[in-house]
Parts: sequence; C-alpha cells; structure tokens
Amino acid sequence: MSTRLATAGRLLDRASTMEFTFNGKRMQGHEGDTLASALLANDQMLVGRSFKYHRPRGLVASGAEEPNGLVNMGAGAFFEPNQRITTTELFEGLAAESQNHWPSLEFDVGAVNAKLSRFMPAGFYYKMFIHPRPLWKHVYEPFIRKAAGLGRAPTEMDGSSYEHFYAHVDVLITGGGIAGLAAALAAGRAGADVLLVEQTAHWGGRAPVDGAQIDGLDGDTWVKETVQALESMDNVTLRNRTMGTGVYDHGYALAYERLTDHAPDQDGPRHRLWRIRARQIVTATGSIERPLSFAGNDIPGVMLAGAVRDYAVNFGVSLGDRTVVVTNNDDAYRTAITLKDAGLDVPVILDARPTADGSLVQQAREMGIRVALGKGIAHVNGAKRVTGVSICLQAGEGSEIEEIACDAVAMSGGWSPVVHLWSHCGGKLIWDDAQSHFRPDASRPPLGADGLGFVVPAGAANGAMSTAEVLVDAFQAGAAAAKAAGATGKTGRGPTGDTPKEEPMAPVWLMPQGASYKLRSKMWLDYQNDVKVSDVQLAAREGYESVEHTKRYTTLGMATDQGKLSNINGLATLAGALNAPIPAVGTTTFRPPYTPISMGAIGGEARGELFQPLHKTPMHDWHDANGADWEPVGHWRRAYAFVRGAETVEQAVQREVTNTRENLGLLDASTLGKLIVRGPDAGKFLDMLYTNMMSTLKPGRCRYGLMCTENGFLSDDGVVARIDDDTFLCHTTTGGADRIYAHMEEWLQTEWWDWQVYVTNVTEQFAQVAVVGPNARKVLEKLGGMDVSAEALSFMDWADGTIGGFDCRVYRISFSGELSFEIAVPASQGRAFWDALLEAGAEFGVMPYGTECLHIMRAEKGFIMIGDETDGTVIPQDLGLHWAISKKKDDFLGKRAQERDHMTDPTRWQLVGLETTDGSVIPDGAYAVGEGVNENGQRNTQGRVTSTYHSPTLGRGIAMGLVLHGPDRMGEVIEFPKVDGTSVKAKIVNPVFFDPEGEKQNV
Amino acid sequence: MSNVTSALNGREVTGVTTIREGGFRGMITLRGDLSNANLKKVCKAVTGVDMPAQRGVNMHGESGLAWMSPDELLLLVPHDAADESVAKIDAALNGTHYLAVNVSDARALITVQGKGAREVLARVCPADLRASGLPKGEMRRTRLAQVPTAIWTQDGDDFAVICFRSVAGYVFDLLANAAKTPGPGLL
Repeated sequence: MSTRLATAGRLLDRASTMEFTFNGKRMQGHEGDTLASALLANDQMLVGRSFKYHRPRGLVASGAEEPNGLVNMGAGAFFEPNQRITTTELFEGLAAESQNHWPSLEFDVGAVNAKLSRFMPAGFYYKMFIHPRPLWKHVYEPFIRKAAGLGRAPTEMDGSSYEHFYAHVDVLITGGGIAGLAAALAAGRAGADVLLVEQTAHWGGRAPVDGAQIDGLDGDTWVKETVQALESMDNVTLRNRTMGTGVYDHGYALAYERLTDHAPDQDGPRHRLWRIRARQIVTATGSIERPLSFAGNDIPGVMLAGAVRDYAVNFGVSLGDRTVVVTNNDDAYRTAITLKDAGLDVPVILDARPTADGSLVQQAREMGIRVALGKGIAHVNGAKRVTGVSICLQAGEGSEIEEIACDAVAMSGGWSPVVHLWSHCGGKLIWDDAQSHFRPDASRPPLGADGLGFVVPAGAANGAMSTAEVLVDAFQAGAAAAKAAGATGKTGRGPTGDTPKEEPMAPVWLMPQGASYKLRSKMWLDYQNDVKVSDVQLAAREGYESVEHTKRYTTLGMATDQGKLSNINGLATLAGALNAPIPAVGTTTFRPPYTPISMGAIGGEARGELFQPLHKTPMHDWHDANGADWEPVGHWRRAYAFVRGAETVEQAVQREVTNTRENLGLLDASTLGKLIVRGPDAGKFLDMLYTNMMSTLKPGRCRYGLMCTENGFLSDDGVVARIDDDTFLCHTTTGGADRIYAHMEEWLQTEWWDWQVYVTNVTEQFAQVAVVGPNARKVLEKLGGMDVSAEALSFMDWADGTIGGFDCRVYRISFSGELSFEIAVPASQGRAFWDALLEAGAEFGVMPYGTECLHIMRAEKGFIMIGDETDGTVIPQDLGLHWAISKKKDDFLGKRAQERDHMTDPTRWQLVGLETTDGSVIPDGAYAVGEGVNENGQRNTQGRVTSTYHSPTLGRGIAMGLVLHGPDRMGEVIEFPKVDGTSVKAKIVNPVFFDPEGEKQNV
Repeated sequence: MSNVTSALNGREVTGVTTIREGGFRGMITLRGDLSNANLKKVCKAVTGVDMPAQRGVNMHGESGLAWMSPDELLLLVPHDAADESVAKIDAALNGTHYLAVNVSDARALITVQGKGAREVLARVCPADLRASGLPKGEMRRTRLAQVPTAIWTQDGDDFAVICFRSVAGYVFDLLANAAKTPGPGLL
C-alpha cells in the first residue's frame, strides 16, 4: 500500500494539515502536497478508469506528463473536469471526484469492455460502426457518447475571472529547473530583459531530488541562492506556476499562469495568459521519463522510477513497501537507492542490459540491493493493485524464471527531452542513438523574420542528461540568447556540476524482446486511450506506415496528455513493426498548448459585459430608458421598436408605422456610415466605385448610389452628397461603414495610388436623426432656424444651417416615402438635439421609431435593403435597379462581371412584390414551389421571399421576393409552402405598394 | 454649451490606477503631404508645436500634433477651437490636395493615471509598453482588446487613450476591470 513516510518530504509543511475529499471520502494532506501525493499518502492508488476499456488506473507520473490522474473538481460555477492531480496543489477543502466510471470507481460496468478487448482492436470504431449506416446515428453514437469521455461538462457559467497580459522581453526562458536558472543567470548578467517561467510552484526542477551537486553545494541550496541572485537583478523577472505553453512565429509565445488554483479564496483572476513577444526564447523544458512496455504495465502500482523518487523525496510518500525496479539505464538506480535509504525494501533491480557497472549500480550493490542483469518483467500480477512480478530473460520470449511479491514497480525506459516548445514553430529534431531519444537539432531552429533562429534549447531539453552537462549547455544557451537579443554585458563563469559516472542505456521497446501476442496485448503504450503494443503492430500490418496515420487510427497520443509518455514508445514500436529505423518513422507533430489550458484563460477578459464591444450612439441611453427592444446591427445595438406600456413588440412596430405615416416619427440614424471622399479625382473615383454617375452630381445635391464588388454582386448602397467640387460625403449601410472605408482605401492604395483622393471615416462625428412624416417640416419650423421649405430645400437637396440653435446639416432624403429630413449634428450634441425634437414634436404627435418600422415603410415603398434583398449572389439587375446603372461610363467595379452570360441569363430570379391572397404574412425565407421535382427528388423552386411584413398601412401581408421571370408574371399567383405543411398563396405585383408617384415625400 | 454631452459624462474610477474620461478635446484629421511647408506652418500655428517625427506626438497643454501615418496627422486643440482650426487649415492649404476634418466628436479621450498604469494597459494592449517601448513623445496606434485606439504617455504613469466615441464605454470598462487587480509587476 502507498503511505506517508515518517520523514522526508522537502516540499511539505508537515505542521500544516489540510482536509480534502475524494469521491466524497474525507482525507488529509499537508501544505505543499499535490492532490496526487496527498491521495497516495491516503493509500488511494486507484484514481480513475481508462477511456476505452475502463481499466483501473493509478498514477504513473508526478508531473505534467501524467495520463491517468484526471478528476472533476469543484462544484457549481467552479466545477471543472479533467484536472490533472499531479499538477494540482492541495488546498483546504478541495473536493475531487474520479472520472469515467459507472457506477463507482471500484466497480465499473464499462470494464466489461476490457473482457471484449479482443473484439475492439485498433481502428475498431472505423471498422465496426460504418455499416449499416443508419445505426451510427441511432444506436452506436449515443452508446459511445455515454461510454466514452472523461470528465463531465460543466452546467453553469464559469464563476472565475481571467486575464491576459502582454509582455515584451529580450529573452523568455521556459522552465525553472537548474537549466532555466543557469540560462537566466547568463542572460541576466549579460543585461538582457529576461522572463523566466516555471510551471510548478517550485524552482530547481528535479535536480534536488536526483541529488545534484552544483558549485560544491547540494541542489536545494544552489537553487535557493541562484533564485535570490536572479531576484536581485532588475532586468530579470521570475514567475512560478506559469507554464510556457506555445511558441509561435515572430518570437510570440504563450505562458499560462495559475494565480489562484492553489488558493481559490484569493481575490483576482484565476488564470493569466501571458502573451509574450520575445527576441529569443530558451526552452529549458527538461525531459520526461519513458515507461517500459511489459505486460501489465498499466496496473495501479506501476510507476515511472523518477516519479517514485519524486513522491518519496518531495512529499515523503512511498508507493509501496516492496518496490521492484525495472530499467534499461543507470538513472533508475537512484530510485532504488532513495527507497532503500528511506528504509523501504527493494527486492530486486531488473536491468535489461546484459552488463551494468556505473557508479550508481555499484552503490546499489554495495547497499545490498539485488541487481538482476539481462532480466525483465514477463508480466505484472494483480488487478487493481500490483501484487508481484514474474521475471523473465529480456532476450527471451517471456518464460517465467521467478515470481517476486511486491506492491510497487518502478520502471524506467530512459528519458526523452521535452522538445515540444522547440518544435511548435518548426524546430527540427535529430535522433540520438546513444540516448535513444529525439533531441533538438541546433542547426535547424525555428526561424524568425530575419532568417535566423529565435529558439535556443537548453539542458535536458537539449539532450544534456547529466547535471554537469546540463549546466554547461544551459549557461551557454542563456548567453547565446542574450547575445542574439542584443545584450552586450559579460556573463562571467557559469555554474559547474558534479555527476556520478553513468553507463549508456540500452534501447528496450519491448520487454521481453520476443514477447508473445498475449503479452503484447497487455502492454500499454497510451494509458488514457488504451492503446497497446499489439494495436500499433496491427495498424502496421494493416498498412499504416505514416506515424500520423497510425496515431489517428489507433488514437495513440490523442488523449489529453497528448502522448507525452506514449509518443516515443509508440513510434519505436511502429518502427519495429515496419522494420524501419526510428528516425525514418519520425514523430507526430507537436502542437501547442504543451498541456491543456483553461478556456477561460484563452478568453481572458472577454466575457459578460466585455465579451464584445457594443457600439452605442449618442442617444443610446435615451433609447434604453424608453422601451427600446434591441437588435444587433453590425456591432451596434439599434432599437427594433420602442415598446410602450403593455403592448407587444409587434404592436409597437405597427403603432410606429401608422404614427410616422400620419404624424411624425424620429429615427436614430447615427449608425449609418459616413465617409468623406476628397480630392481633385474624387468624382472619378466615385464613378468607379458606384454603378451610377457621381461626378455629375451638383454641390448641394444628393444622389442614391449602388456599390458592387468586382464580381458584380451588390455590396452596399446609400446616399451620396456633394459638399463642394472636391468633396463628397458617402453614406453607407450601418454594417458597411468600416468595410466600405477599407474597400475604398484598398483601391486607392493598391490600384489607383496615383489618383488624388483622400478618404476618411466620419461616421461617429455625427449624430443623425431622421425626422419623418407629414409633420416633419412643422417641427423643424417650430424649432426655428434655416429655411426648410420645399422651395429652399427640395427633395434630394442638402444644406448646412442651424435648427433650434444646433449646427446641423440637413439632407432632404427619404427611405420611408414620407416627407423626411435627415439631420446631422455633432455627436456631442446628439442627445440634446434628440430631446429638443421630442419636446418640440409633442404637439405634432412625435414618436421615435425603430428599425422594424423603418423596414416596413421601405418595403411598402419597394426600396431594397442590403442584406435582405441581397445576399452576396444578387446583382442590381436582379432587383430591377437598371436605372441606377450607368450606361455612359466606360467602367465601374462590377461592370464587366455583370456582362458575363450567367449574369445576363434571363432565368435569373427577379425582384417582384408579393401580396398574399388571404392577407397573411409569408414566413421569412419561404420558397415558391414550381412544377415537378429535381434530380434529388425535391420539389422544384421558382422563387424565394427576401423581405416579408405585415403592412399596417395596407392592412395585409406584403413581401418582396426574387421570382423566376417575375416581372413578366404580374397578377400570377404562386405558392409558398410553410413548415407546418400548409401553404400560403401570393399574387405577383409591383414591389412599390404605397404611393408609387412619390406624392407624399415630395411636398 | 449646455447642449454638449461627452461620451461618458465624466466617468471615473479611482484607485491605485485611476481611470477617468478625459473630457472634450478638439481633434482634426489632416491628410496631405506632411513635408509641405504651408502644411507645417499652419499646423504649428494651430497647435503651437513642431511637426513630430514618425510615431511621434508633440503636446503643449491641450494642443498637440500626432503622427498617424506617412500622410496623416492628428491635430489636438481645445474642443471649441476645432472648427475654426479647420477653417485656418482650409485657408492655408487652399489649392493643394489635402483633407482636414473635425473628428472631435467621433472620439473619446480616457486617461489612465497612477502607479500600475502601464500594467493596466498591458492587460488589454499588445503594444510594447515598457518605458523603452513607448517613451514620452511617442503615440502608439494599437488596440485595446477588440477596438482600435491610440495611446501615449503624457508623463511617466500618466497615459491618455483615444478611442471611438461609440465604444468609449467598452474601453472604460476594460480599463476599470484591469485596474481592479494588480498586474504581475513586470512594467
């Protein structure tokens, strides 16, 4: 059983006891524990179930590479699944539940899958669930969704807050082990701005655990002194609990700081995502130990040798009383020595190598530990816990020589440099035969904009495996990075380490090397996703040669740990099956993030009120206080209608239409885009942008214009006012302001760069109010000021002046068919102007109206709306807008496209009005059906509705739509099926339903 | 003039770092040939300061000149002087190709002042906000979270932010939110 030792635990504060629960069971740990070490201290060896077979799972590792120890944590708004217990610091009151089991962790029904594992080989899903097709949706998928998956999805909105922080540094160093510290020393002394980040709460990495001696000091002392030295440098910043998660182009990197995960009661953001621009990045990310592939290597109690040592030294926790060590290298002997020193029993060290005589090996022998050379594990005995191992010859096929009782197995298959961050942005790897691992190829780093490398690997992450090598390599890396970043100071002498002499490791990818199928099908490569040696071998036999394909076929490395333990073992197994050298098989792609980070951190502050910038007009607050029913238009909120008292939104809309047609309406039109186009070539420029002629417009006059894309499709529309000979003001749609401004700049900068035209966006400079209705002139005359009579300001005129003391520009334009003035005042005066109009308009029946009223009134008049009548596939000719397309101009954007034969095809659907025969409203987006069926057996269509409303003016449903040969079919009745199975019939009519002569607007 | 309302009605949140609406300011977008002698002369006459270098901003009281792009300047003047300043520019540059527009009301001005101001901004701004990255005398056209802005330091930890008027509330809330907690202490 696993338990807390009486002594040891360099990270623990034994005086401080913390209570926590696991699956509701109360347990105790100490300050400094991880949830993993605290669980082990309470003999909780079983921490979860695997994804596919629901096998019992215990801890394998002690850090970020842990595949099994994932739990649901917290509750309600603070619930979060898939929390890795090896990187979760214990806190008082922590509540965790294991995942992926039913009904309980101890007894799991899904474990029957394991019994069926012969029938669930690699690619099982692909093979099994493809036929018969309908079963996937109705049978297989619901079943798999219930059976698979890890943690539960949260049900409430996240109660924590998050933030980003943008940092610009000379040198970013990821990893605060002795390599990172040594690199920071060098770079800091050289004078570079240094940011050093470490994913855990502690500096020094695993060197103190491994008994490193540096500059004559023990590891802990050297780390403490070095951290103090770095903290005293103004140009060096240290952040622990901060993981370097990704390296991107141009020296961009992300780091993930966990501010309050260890102290949830603390105020402030939970996570901080660092968005870093670094001139140089040093990856001092250490290395990860590899498991060995022997049968039963997934039984709880089998753990990486380094992790066994970590738990003992850092947390004073033993995995078991009797631990068998199995290895192919010298490093694992440290574990045996550590355990023996702690008073625990190590019955045997199984060393797969035929010979071993390094200094650690000698030390183990001298301590009386039995060392069995050339031996391996045939299989581990036990189910939910290790009860013993059967020993075999590594060179053989797995015949048992001896059985040894034990309750833990410490395994080591060698160490792989953490090359993730090096690789994210294109750093290449080379295969190191001596160490049997991939390490960074320093001659092929990720390249920056200058063609030079911007990432420098350091220490174990660069394949330096001993303390002495690590320090030399990392100090050099820090100095090189600082120099490349432009720092010129002297770095001085670097730290030096002492290392016991170690003998080479031996590659062992299968234990024993001639293992039978039965054994191979119990050798786990990927613990979380249940991928075994036999699965990868099957994939190879089925023709999967590419490691990327094999990964996806078998799901190797596709779990939340992203194959940190399984990657190298899996591809070595694949290489073995393909009879190819490992470097020829290569690795899968390393992608950020290094370990999963919270979605909250990615979103940062962008949630709730700050989720998206809400654009507000100067009158927004009035609308908000006066019943505005909001709708999003572009990034603006516009009032859809102003609801009064108990009326419904629909009733409000009808009231607004009637009132505007009979009395006086006010519309906040401030959101319409307003672009100033100025210069000697402005007229020529606008002639190219609009389909109609703008250069002939007289100062003081307005003209409606259409803009098309190069492909001829209608893109935007609006009224253009000529201010003076050189200056135009172009109105765009609300959503089109930024887009059309950019469109203009693009043409000016890339195509017509020699034309003398300047454009600027003045949309927000003005508050604009449409004063609309038979009483419109009366209210303006009451306010007093400029002459707004029909004689002084005729339809499509504009003029500057004052009204009611406000400086304004008045456009006599109408989108409603009523007498209408659109009045622009400086935005800072918008609210006061609005208030003045309401006050003066009271006697004339003034009511503000919203966008739906605007839509109905324009539809009654047959005016098109960008986004309703257009959808990116509609050309002006489809909408009967030939009158707005100049035939005199040699060219305009879209002209040539509109001459293509598809665009001139007479069968293109054309705009018409639609009047329902029963007065009802056609559903939005409805299609008109035609005769017969198409090749898919669907009813043929002959048109569709683009806008549809109930017109209070006409007392019936009206619509606009695009219909095959529509304008030639006036009076014909067509049928629009509805989703409820019934149909509505509509007569094809002229789209101008109301006041076709324009008598009302022209008074 | 009582008819005039600023975007945020003078909102402020005080603390270690204080966020405050900067009130009214006259702003003029001027596009043209920045090497033109008449243009330089009228800019100096209107603002009282010399032409800034690339990315530069020269301020004197409420007035100043900011370099926006190779053919664009932002002129800062008292709010009620904007229209007359445009008129002066029009008079001075008559006959040359240029564009001068009063954009005072299209913008809002927000100040971020006090210890930690750089780190409040760095929570939402991707620009280099180290004293070396954004020294006094430079204006940075950048973004705060999701909207475009221009920022500059008036003196040390005394920053000014210009954004569009319609999103002034968003920018203020962003900064006030960031100012609630201390930054990491890097800047």
